Amino acid sequence: MSTQQAEPESQEAPDDPAMNGAESPAADEQTGGGMVDDHAEKRAELEGETVHIKVFRYDPEVEGKQEPRFDDFHVPFEKGMTVLDAVMYARDEYDSSLTFRHSCRQAVCGSDAFFVNGKQRLGCKTQISDLEQPVRIEPLPHQEVVKDLVVDMDHFYDQMHTVEPYFQDEDTPATEDLEEQRQTPENREKIKMSSRCIWCGACMSSCNIAAGDNEYLGPAAINKAYKFAMDDREDEQIKEHRLRILEQEHGVWRCQTQFSCTEVCPKDIPLTEHIQELKREAVKKNLKFW
Amino acid sequence: MYEHDVIVVGAGGAGLRAAIAAHEAGADVAMVSKLHPVRSHTGAAEGGINAALQEGDDWELHAYDTMKGSDYLGDAPAVETLAKNSPKETINLEHWGMPFSREEDGTVSQRPFGGLSYPRTTYAGAETGHHLLHTMYEQVVKRGIQVYDEWYVMNLATTDEADPNDRECHGVVAYDVQSGNIEGFKANQGVVLATGGPGQAFDHTTNAVSCTGDGHAMAYRAGAPLEDMEFIQFHPTSLPSTGVLISEGVRGEGGILYNSEGERFMFEHGYANNSGELASRDVVARAELTEVGEGRGVEDEYVHLDMRHLGEERIMDRLENILHLAEDFEGVDGLVEPMPVKPGQHYAMGGIEVDENGQTCVNGLYAAGECACVSVHGGNRLGGNALPELIVFGKRAGRHAAGEDLGDPEIRTGYGDDVEDETETDLPVTPGDAGVDTSGGVAADGGVTADAEGVLERTVETARQRVDRLMDKEDGVQHAEIRAKLQKAMTDYVNVFRTEEGVKKALRLIRECRQEYQDVYVDDPSRTFNTDLQQTIETRNLIDVAETIALGALVRDEFRGAHWRKEHQERKDEEWLKHTLISWDDGEPSIFYRPVILEGENKTYEPKERSY
Repeated sequence: MSTQQAEPESQEAPDDPAMNGAESPAADEQTGGGMVDDHAEKRAELEGETVHIKVFRYDPEVEGKQEPRFDDFHVPFEKGMTVLDAVMYARDEYDSSLTFRHSCRQAVCGSDAFFVNGKQRLGCKTQISDLEQPVRIEPLPHQEVVKDLVVDMDHFYDQMHTVEPYFQDEDTPATEDLEEQRQTPENREKIKMSSRCIWCGACMSSCNIAAGDNEYLGPAAINKAYKFAMDDREDEQIKEHRLRILEQEHGVWRCQTQFSCTEVCPKDIPLTEHIQELKREAVKKNLKFW
Repeated sequence: MYEHDVIVVGAGGAGLRAAIAAHEAGADVAMVSKLHPVRSHTGAAEGGINAALQEGDDWELHAYDTMKGSDYLGDAPAVETLAKNSPKETINLEHWGMPFSREEDGTVSQRPFGGLSYPRTTYAGAETGHHLLHTMYEQVVKRGIQVYDEWYVMNLATTDEADPNDRECHGVVAYDVQSGNIEGFKANQGVVLATGGPGQAFDHTTNAVSCTGDGHAMAYRAGAPLEDMEFIQFHPTSLPSTGVLISEGVRGEGGILYNSEGERFMFEHGYANNSGELASRDVVARAELTEVGEGRGVEDEYVHLDMRHLGEERIMDRLENILHLAEDFEGVDGLVEPMPVKPGQHYAMGGIEVDENGQTCVNGLYAAGECACVSVHGGNRLGGNALPELIVFGKRAGRHAAGEDLGDPEIRTGYGDDVEDETETDLPVTPGDAGVDTSGGVAADGGVTADAEGVLERTVETARQRVDRLMDKEDGVQHAEIRAKLQKAMTDYVNVFRTEEGVKKALRLIRECRQEYQDVYVDDPSRTFNTDLQQTIETRNLIDVAETIALGALVRDEFRGAHWRKEHQERKDEEWLKHTLISWDDGEPSIFYRPVILEGENKTYEPKERSY
């Protein structure tokens, strides 16, 4: 389902938050705002004010929500308020049916990637004072919406599993007989960034290629494979096997280096570079590729 | 109805390890979790895994440090099992590809941590839990273990004999968050609860929103006692505005705490003349609040944690994640300014009473990880001891549930001839069940042990009725209001510093929450991804768990580990070398005690004064 909805008329926001649960449909004509330059100034400006958020709503079984719409909420600003804080406030104070995934609140569980002012971001690590108002909060594009901000992640998980994301040592001895393997600090550093992925799905959602080719492994899964392929603890044979998976029709060669995944990654993983490096590896191994 | 040999509830570190172990023991195992496994809160653990890996260190030192850290309320057989098994389980993780930080010679890195006599905290940057979680989930994928993710377990399907020791757990009842369908999951061999901590009982916590004590509450209502619930760890370094954790690794690497007058108070005010910032967590948390209370706090609220002198290179190498957290959640650059920190609820030392094999007194019911109490941590958990608990005891629970013989446990569970009844409690209100919301501890089968299917069916029916009641009710109170009141009561009165009057006030407020909960309703009419419904059920669990924390805090009239009582400023070994146990007793909770086991394999751990 597309999340690009028709734009109803804009309306003035009332100042009193108490007046205002969900009043919909109403959205504005904003054009996917960027960041505000002077953070501190903006923050000071917001003290004592409310923040205007417009949240995408959809529920397949509730009358009035079957047609997607935007609801407006006016949330009292507090220093340090994130997009996640704002939607939690709206849910707890105005509309308990407002639905989104969230858990750790500290950018490690990867549950709350949303499409905020036209960009994939983690709700919990996006300061609301850095955003143009009204802040438009939508589910991740290119994924089926289950309800409100919740998208179906099954396809994302399937792609992650396709790259066999696990150490492949078949002869691991019994725990009692294991000896520590060595790994150089340099090799550990090599895989460090790739190992930070929190499976939030922001990259996949931002990728034009993934949007057009449902079988494309996508940046997250390729990055996961990178982590294993670059780890010296796995042997050469397994590396070749991994490269074979990656250089298949819907693998690394699909990437057109648009860097959109790298731009949205909340953990700053150089996804595009990792994909490029794997292309080079595939060539080096002189493997047949598409 | 779904059917498997072993059902693991929760898919964080302990659950994943239990599932892998049960699978390796030949069982058909399935995991049921309200979150997809990689969303679990194990991923937020930062510091590391204590394991005696190096020459010069050994498991006995680890065990000794842990017993001392526990303020002599850990059970020696559990503590020694942890210390002995942690090294090989850590190396097992390494073989599964976990990206530990490395030394120049290629061995895994270890660093000093609070309360440790040797630098044995094995780490992967300041994001050890993230790597542990993902590495184990990868192994679950590799083995093709079935995961029912975003299924919320509401109840255990347990028989209802009068004595919980005679009861049997046959499975769980869960609802599919996405569709709202309620189904039974029959477990032919065992149910392992690995549901994590109850941090959401407090309002300033490092815990995730999902840490709602579901396993605690379900096991409690099914008849397994909760043990030592009064022992709550408040981590000394959480960010003031959000509760986000700043790892003890910062102090392990040399980070320093300062008060508003620029004094290094851990030394200058004599809280820990030897270990300073690396004293045990309870000691540091109290020191910080004492500084704030005496007017030496910054903005009357927090203290400063300074790591600038470590230098950018070392910080980037070992603590990079901390820079991101401080920047993203407090707007502070740890390279150029000190970070504001204050104590935040972090960990529950207590939990569901289990033995070394993870078994509760209810047959077929296991628990592992933070929701369980073996007890390894006693009155205070040492930093770096939670992750080894997950892998050591998660594995044991999984193996035992799958039918492997691990030998007879030394630790006893349930009400028995070795316990002592509480007789003097002067409770301000009646705890326990308040009426309408019969959230069903056990299947009502008239005391006759029905077949497993029958117990499952009845429990499913009870769960469906409960959900219908919550959904059909047109108005009343919403859970968010009750939850906020509960969290405030716990944070105001059952925090680091506790008074008799305060804890009694908390019990009264918890009782009010219970009564208000009788009028709770779910406003969202949808069966699709109804988080309103899920949170409403979680809130009931939080009430049950919070009440046991407050009850424990009231009856234990001494100062031990993390439990500080204003009126009782000494550790009373004559009277209190025993675990507090609280049993639901079908809605009329009772309190009893079981002696701590201080006899280890080669020695007895004699309680000494605990100074750092």
